[in-house]
Amino acid sequence: MGAILTVTNLVKSFGGIAAVRDVSVNVEEGSISSIIGPNGAGKTTLFNLLTGIYKPDSGSIMFNGQSLVGKRPDQVNKAGMSRTFQNIRLFPSMTVIENVMVGMHSRLKISLFDAIVRTKKFYEQEAHVVEKAHRLLKFVGIDEHANEISRNLPYGDQRRIEVARALASDPKLVLLDEPTAGMNPQESTEAMNLFRKIRDELGVTVVLIEHDMRVVMGISEYIAVLDYGQKISEGTPNDVRNDPRVIEAYLGRRTTSTEAAQ
Amino acid sequence: MASTTITNAPNPNRRALLATGFALAYVVVAVLALILVDRNSLWYPLYNVFAYSMYVLSPILIISLPIPNPIKFGGLAILLLIVTPMLGIYNNSYMEIAVQICIFAGLALGLNIVVGFAGLLDLGYVAFFAVGAYLWAVFTSTSETVFKLNGWLVPGEMFWVFLVIGVFIAAFVGILLGLPVLRLRGDYLAIVTLGFGEVIRILARNANDPINITNGAQGLIGIGKPPVPDLLHGITNEAIRIMSLRVDNPGFVAQQLLFYLIAVGLLVLIIVISRRLEDSPIGRAWTAIREDEVAAKAMGVPLVRMKLAAFATGASFGGAIGVLYAAKQAFVDPTSFVLLQSIIILAMVIVGGMGSIRGVILGAIAMTLLNLHVLTNLSLQLNALRNVNFIVPIIDFPIRNWPNQLEPAKYQPLIFGLVLVLMMIFRPEGLMPAERRKLELKAEREESAGLDEQAAPQPKGDA
Repeated sequence: MGAILTVTNLVKSFGGIAAVRDVSVNVEEGSISSIIGPNGAGKTTLFNLLTGIYKPDSGSIMFNGQSLVGKRPDQVNKAGMSRTFQNIRLFPSMTVIENVMVGMHSRLKISLFDAIVRTKKFYEQEAHVVEKAHRLLKFVGIDEHANEISRNLPYGDQRRIEVARALASDPKLVLLDEPTAGMNPQESTEAMNLFRKIRDELGVTVVLIEHDMRVVMGISEYIAVLDYGQKISEGTPNDVRNDPRVIEAYLGRRTTSTEAAQ
Repeated sequence: MASTTITNAPNPNRRALLATGFALAYVVVAVLALILVDRNSLWYPLYNVFAYSMYVLSPILIISLPIPNPIKFGGLAILLLIVTPMLGIYNNSYMEIAVQICIFAGLALGLNIVVGFAGLLDLGYVAFFAVGAYLWAVFTSTSETVFKLNGWLVPGEMFWVFLVIGVFIAAFVGILLGLPVLRLRGDYLAIVTLGFGEVIRILARNANDPINITNGAQGLIGIGKPPVPDLLHGITNEAIRIMSLRVDNPGFVAQQLLFYLIAVGLLVLIIVISRRLEDSPIGRAWTAIREDEVAAKAMGVPLVRMKLAAFATGASFGGAIGVLYAAKQAFVDPTSFVLLQSIIILAMVIVGGMGSIRGVILGAIAMTLLNLHVLTNLSLQLNALRNVNFIVPIIDFPIRNWPNQLEPAKYQPLIFGLVLVLMMIFRPEGLMPAERRKLELKAEREESAGLDEQAAPQPKGDA
């Protein structure tokens, strides 16, 4: 399979500080990939560039045969790339199922006329929306909470709602921003299984930003490492694990004094 | 539906029966209170304040009953289409207030789409109202405008056509305003819309030279009215005969009745449209935008389009109501569309409960009553007492010495301000809040409480 997402020489600075410097990444269709790196390495900025929340200063983003540079977030979503957020951003007062239904927005045919007159088309579409939302909630395993207010659910469940909402637009690729942050080992194992299921059963390409090395090394087929906005390494988990530049970025460079002591 | 949780709830049927009985008794008492009193008695104005206010709140009571919809709406239809018109024919000021309430409830519901549903603070909403009102006014007014001089006037029969045109013109103006300003948020949007409202008003004031379109500050007089169908004349005369009233000008009463029916019809239409939009992908998108713009757009909600839809829908309600208002008043001038008017409409939305259709209507009823009924009647009462040289017992204060400047009708802005301040302190979510809005406020409060983690437990954590 070919690359579904090709990022070339992407650059973004904020007031002279380069948050993303010349980053190029290839994501294979149907793969599970991870982007890792220390805090402030530019991972979330990269996601925001991909999804149109920020506009890149230069560089190109080719997704599924079309350029995403200059596209609005809703257009990116419609093009088939969806995401979750590092700090959960559900619509807090909406019910679980309503959150998922909003996620389908870009796939709906909506006109004021249909909504006001309540045409047959409107009812059919709404029935389909509800049915599909339940299907997605079952998929992530929280359908029994469908009609609860989303902010009343525990943290782990809110993460699942976000995943279901991201999947609601039938994306080809989902970007998951630290989806297991704050989870205990058992929960993150369940989350890993869910990510595999997304790829295996729905055929959706998955890209994670992740700090938990057990998760990263456990499910990624490809890893890109960012540090200070630059890609310093990429490859299979094994390649990355043994790359001295990665170790340096995470643990710091050996000082000359320790080298001298040896 | 406002279902109250009841400890060891009795049979729900019994509860419904009790509630219905109460509502029925309430309406009967209110109606009797209105018709059995001597209108010439000294304390009539004060009495009237309570009696009519009580009656006007009865639709809200009926709509809140825990009974099946057909019965509820049947009762409401009887109340709105038979009892209220009869009362209005019996005493014309009741009809007038009922029409004004419908007009303001319609406006408030239009603004509610923008502010309550989509969360966009619009301080210039009255502009769309003005567009509708001036649209009908310039085409029918007998003032010496360019329309009159060139013979472009249309007959009153065209009212219905213009009602529809008003919807589209106002929606178009809404989009025109929306396009440049919707990139702004919160306070900035509020300021720009405020400016827009003023621009429209000043345009209306100054568009009399070199071409006289709006007749400037003098306003437009003799605005056309939709003709009254014969049937309505017949019904009015019959009602007058049944109640054995002496009416000098039954034609005028029939005209008022027509405006009342149009206003109720428009309001019902606006309520239905509001409800249907709220419960649709569009309504969900609006809620999403209101709660988290970034998440909404990342989930595929096109912000600009959805916000424009909100602006256009809200504006179209204002436009239609404006056409009705111009026809009913027979006179419009720029002072009807001042900033204060926008603020009053916004106050109705806030007092009632942003985003809650029922609440917004209640807010419109309360504020309109306060403005047109309560304060007016208190002033009347004061004058009545003055005329009989009433002396307040115990403190021996002659009412005659009460200064003119302190007449209740002149307190209006003060009282509106006070109502708003008290609401914000004691019930920021409004009188009849939307469930969602309550939760949002709670979330905001918790967030701000989270900022100073060590703060003492909130004294009022309820919502």
